[in-house]
Amino acid sequence: MAKKVAFLQGNEAAAHGALYAGCKFFGGYPITPSTEVAEVMSAELPKVGGKFIQMEDEIGAMASIIGASLTGLKTLTSTSGPGLSLKQENIGYACITEVPCVIINVMRGGPSTGMPTGPSQSDVMVAKWGTHGDHPAICLVPASVQELLEEMVRAFNLAEKYRTPVMVMPDEIVAHMRERVVFPEPGELEVIDRAAPSVSPEQYKPYDTQFGDIPPLASFGSGYKFHVTGLNKMADGFPTTKASIVQAEEERQVRKVEANKADIMKWEEYMVEDAEIIIVAFGSTSRSARFAVNEARKQGIKAGLFRLITFWPFPEERLLELSKQAKAFITPEMNLGMCTGVVKGCVEGNAPVHGIFRVDGEPINPGQILDKMKEVK
Amino acid sequence: MAFDYDKYIRPGKLPHIWCPGCGHGIIMKGLIRAIDTVGLKKEDTAIVSGIGCASRLPGYMDCCTLHTAHGRAAAFATGVKMARPEMTVILVGGDGDGTAIGGNHFIHACRRNIDMTYIIMNNNIYGMTGGQFSPCTPTGAKASTTPYGNPDPAFDVAKLAIGAGATFVARGTAYHATQIDKLIAEAIQHKGFSVVEILDDCPTTYGRRNKFKSVVEMMNRLKEIAVPVKAAEKMTPEQLQGKVLTGVLYKEDKPEYCEQYAKLIERAQGGAK
Repeated sequence: MAKKVAFLQGNEAAAHGALYAGCKFFGGYPITPSTEVAEVMSAELPKVGGKFIQMEDEIGAMASIIGASLTGLKTLTSTSGPGLSLKQENIGYACITEVPCVIINVMRGGPSTGMPTGPSQSDVMVAKWGTHGDHPAICLVPASVQELLEEMVRAFNLAEKYRTPVMVMPDEIVAHMRERVVFPEPGELEVIDRAAPSVSPEQYKPYDTQFGDIPPLASFGSGYKFHVTGLNKMADGFPTTKASIVQAEEERQVRKVEANKADIMKWEEYMVEDAEIIIVAFGSTSRSARFAVNEARKQGIKAGLFRLITFWPFPEERLLELSKQAKAFITPEMNLGMCTGVVKGCVEGNAPVHGIFRVDGEPINPGQILDKMKEVK
Repeated sequence: MAFDYDKYIRPGKLPHIWCPGCGHGIIMKGLIRAIDTVGLKKEDTAIVSGIGCASRLPGYMDCCTLHTAHGRAAAFATGVKMARPEMTVILVGGDGDGTAIGGNHFIHACRRNIDMTYIIMNNNIYGMTGGQFSPCTPTGAKASTTPYGNPDPAFDVAKLAIGAGATFVARGTAYHATQIDKLIAEAIQHKGFSVVEILDDCPTTYGRRNKFKSVVEMMNRLKEIAVPVKAAEKMTPEQLQGKVLTGVLYKEDKPEYCEQYAKLIERAQGGAK
């Protein structure tokens, strides 16, 4: 039987990805340009016995999905720019309490209300540093409608596997463009569910590291009683200020992601093998970059594209390796240098990094990237 | 035989953090008696709170407990209840947590009429942060941030809840300890969003600043201002001046949110009509 094919907008595809992953609860607050995610979820979730709730604000939306996730459901919220700012408090709560959930943030201009319908790529630092304190960060930045659907499935898998919030951040162009989407068959993409506790309710501790850095999470209402708090906590979930425990727990939470970078990180290398100029790009900008690389090659410029699919954790080691072969890096991005700074840090001065920055609500076009290549060649 | 509170207290988690003379312990005992009266199973009961002295209560209770961010208890609890409607969800917290930073979540939980019970321990102050004024601090009262007297008018929590759509609203006091469990039990058994405001005392950060000489004096104030709803019916407006009504203040039957959503699921699965 032929696979189901549809002509979908990125936001719609994201919602279908969530449903494929087994998402059963959506708590949200409408904000442009992410609203279609909520609209599709409101229509589709009840059909599969799931729940959709439009909360009173973004803070409540984020809180609701953490509460629902604690009962064992896979949960999602969608937002954009200012909404993400409001969610930060509770994203931090999900980090420290280690409650799986997925946040889709469609990047629009900022800061503050910025440009509601203008594309941007300026939330990538918020994904890592937005909520206060040290915490793990996983952020995926897909570049096509198909990839957005598939990365949503992976986002849920990573959230469940590593007991942490996961952010999916398409820019507004990826979220709003329409493309052909081939729906994966059931079973075609891996779907991971959180580990269930193997011990009895009497023995259960929600942060028991004898089960490793990612202890199993029981569900409220399933016979297990336990305490969850946003305070620094011990293995049994109760608050502590004991220095050694606080330090060890903070380190463990960050280590969950850092030690599993190889499993989480994903990128695509296009013509980088012999490239002297490497473009590091993500989201819609990477599509312009690919076009520019093809044009450059026609003109005899040895260019290649390093396309980030996972933004956090960032593929530092691979970029360091590539910096030994490349003469220059170019980082086109719809912000004023967020990715550029990270790449500079990775390449440790081995090669210059030239940014192309745009925050005027217009996409970065291939010509701009090509011009930059000629300039630095 | 004396009531066995230990059955509902987590082993090893006492003593609690509350100051001597604070009414929160009285209210927790009332909540425990109410849970016992209703016959709730501990593993099917979620107790959710925000931040503050009162919000530390869930840690002591041997149930599924969720100590969340400041003011957000109602929003977290909404997620829990909506995802698993068969659970009993009880919210606890103070007046600052519930009506200031949590005011928006509070009124919308009332509006949805989602089947949860919210116990607001109103001690007129932010206790944990050292006695700053709250939306429930009386006008003119002293707090650490109102050294010249509080210029703000105070919220009437019960009226706020009724206005926002809560379908069961009751008020008690920490002085009237034997009434608390009855009000909470009735609130839990009510299908819909129920609010129990319990007037409480904070001798450490409120009483001290407002010239209460002792905890006894603070408790006596609660005794003096409380008037049962029935008794109030026979009183004149002059007699009711400065008094606060206690008991079940409001009750109505209205469609409950989770039940309505279950019907929505049925419609979605049966095709839109």
